[in-house]
Amino acid sequence: MKDIILKAENISKQYRLGQVGTGTLSHDLNRWWHQVRGKENPYLKIGDVNDRSTKGSSDYVWALQDINFEVERGEVLGIIGKNGAGKSTLLKILSKVTAPTTGSIKSRGRIASLLEVGTGFNGEMTGRENIYLNGAILGMTKKEITSKLDEIIDFSGCERYIDTPVKRYSSGMTVRLAFAVAAFLEPEILVIDEVLAVGDADFQKKAIGKMQDISREGGRTVLFVSHNMAAVKSLCTRGIVLENGKVVFEGSTANALDFYNSSNIDIIKTIYEGKIKDNYIEKLYLFSEEKQKILSSIQIRDLNVFLYVDLVMSFYKGYTLGFTIFSADGTALVSMSPFEDFCKNDDNRSFVKIKLPIDILKAGTYYLEGVFCRSDDLYEKNDRFIKIIVEPKNRFELSGNGILGMLLNNNDWSNR
Amino acid sequence: MNNLEQKNTTWLFEITPKNKFFTLNLKEVWQYRDLLFLFVKRDVVTMYKQTVLGPLWYLIQPLFTSITFTIIFNNLAGISTGTVPPFLFNLAGITIWNYFTACLTGTSNTFGSNAGIFGKVYFPRLIVPISIVVSNLIKFGIQFFIFIVFYIFYYVQGAAVSLNPSVVFFPLLIILMGVLGLGSGMFISSLVTKYRDFSYLIGFGVQLLMYISAVMYPLSLIEEKIPNYAWLVHYNPLAYIIETTRYMLLNVGEISILGLTYTTIVTLVLLLVGILIFNKTEKSFIDTV
Repeated sequence: MKDIILKAENISKQYRLGQVGTGTLSHDLNRWWHQVRGKENPYLKIGDVNDRSTKGSSDYVWALQDINFEVERGEVLGIIGKNGAGKSTLLKILSKVTAPTTGSIKSRGRIASLLEVGTGFNGEMTGRENIYLNGAILGMTKKEITSKLDEIIDFSGCERYIDTPVKRYSSGMTVRLAFAVAAFLEPEILVIDEVLAVGDADFQKKAIGKMQDISREGGRTVLFVSHNMAAVKSLCTRGIVLENGKVVFEGSTANALDFYNSSNIDIIKTIYEGKIKDNYIEKLYLFSEEKQKILSSIQIRDLNVFLYVDLVMSFYKGYTLGFTIFSADGTALVSMSPFEDFCKNDDNRSFVKIKLPIDILKAGTYYLEGVFCRSDDLYEKNDRFIKIIVEPKNRFELSGNGILGMLLNNNDWSNR
Repeated sequence: MNNLEQKNTTWLFEITPKNKFFTLNLKEVWQYRDLLFLFVKRDVVTMYKQTVLGPLWYLIQPLFTSITFTIIFNNLAGISTGTVPPFLFNLAGITIWNYFTACLTGTSNTFGSNAGIFGKVYFPRLIVPISIVVSNLIKFGIQFFIFIVFYIFYYVQGAAVSLNPSVVFFPLLIILMGVLGLGSGMFISSLVTKYRDFSYLIGFGVQLLMYISAVMYPLSLIEEKIPNYAWLVHYNPLAYIIETTRYMLLNVGEISILGLTYTTIVTLVLLLVGILIFNKTEKSFIDTV
């Protein structure tokens, strides 16, 4: 039986953008007026998706939207995502710093968080005094701290400076001390956000080792947010990827990292070869009915994924466009039949699309490579420009046992 | 089966958007009592670090204010303090008044000055305002000590100063003052998080409030001189506390049981409302601060 220690159900968090000031009062009054009449908060219905780079139309934004996940006891869950994806907001909700707008988190254990360097450290006080203060802030009693004081000081490696005010510490030493205090906390769930960034390699190793001990021997659960992929890889047993406030991937650490790395390619990389320097292929992108969005890489959930190609040139006759799907290790798996019947519009543009044969791909990572040429002359070659991750489609793939063969043919089985 | 079993095991706690209307959670505050103690220690230890005069600053402020008041209000304006030396009269009022303002301004800044730490870790937020009231009590103790020194000095000099027997209830009066500061401070702290206007209001509001709190004049004087505006002082719970302080310590003025009952009721209501709003704010303040 799964021992679920933490469960997030439909967590959403809405933030108001811009200045809090003008209009705050009127919104507050309106909200209150709706509440009095027993109606729903009018501002909950609106709000844009949390995308940092695009301009939105609403004053409200959903930093998190419908987050669902479960964490088992003793698991180390890595939470990864780009800046502004909602990781820290999620951790803030988990550590009770701020309340979710909707949804709930249920927990079977105490949650303690180590969210940033030297939270609650007072520069004027000594290291020793700060251990007590910080420990108490994190929920330890004075007695507990006293019993672990020597261990904490030893782990931090700051013994020499322990009676010196913390304001004289280097930032690395502050982290060491802060981490040492939290590491000796004994909550069932420990939340850690980007704390190891400042420590040196030696300390990072020590800290990761300690966290592994915490989860393996202590049977405690750790939620770990980091941009340090090596740390996530070595520490976490499972990972979730956040993108624009939504969970876009949940699974093994390796797969989560894979997914995250691929979604990190921001622009389509086109490599040109051949004689002509002009850029014929203007834009290449994947278009799925599910996401309705231009993507440089895509995690395949639905089978209707199209590759869109925008070309521009004055003369199309005799040209051919072709694509090949490569496996992650570089083997060419399948080529798509070449296309020649370009239909250009008034400004010499041509827009073509092709449905990708996702249904024959097994679960895994693939690359797409394209060629644009006339007769034997290679005009333009796009080298591994699009990465495709295909999710398991049937229970054999899900079980991880795998299926023989490079491709998966979707045959029509039926009962006779 | 699996699901059934899971439903049966209870969750330790749940984080939800809606707050119950009134959650005091004193049990949690009690669990964090060591933190309260450490906060008080931090406040006291670090208050005057890297100053030359150190805790002497605690004494300089009330002494100089009393001297100024004595010159302006008693010598210049001619307010009579009866047989009691005006300096001692003013010092008594200022000492307890200072305790109130320190509690009020301290707690009203709770969210602002602790935003950093509140944004990172959870602990019962109530600890912070309580710790402010407690650490100010220590500051009050030091200031009260200097009052006693002057009291003895005047007594030895042969001035007509005497304690009223009711002085045994003085600790209760201090607690009342602290709770009044706590309640109104928490109330304002919650408003300040969203509307900064209140932090400006507090700045000069406290100054104005002092003039209607009978700090530098006896309560009876206001009825005598400006009866039309006496209600301002009469509806001010602080005035009764300050008047009673002088009654207990210096045996001047009057004690009004009705006034003190009124003060106690106002204090308790303010405390209740303060905690209520404070609890409501602490859940989401980090988004609006």
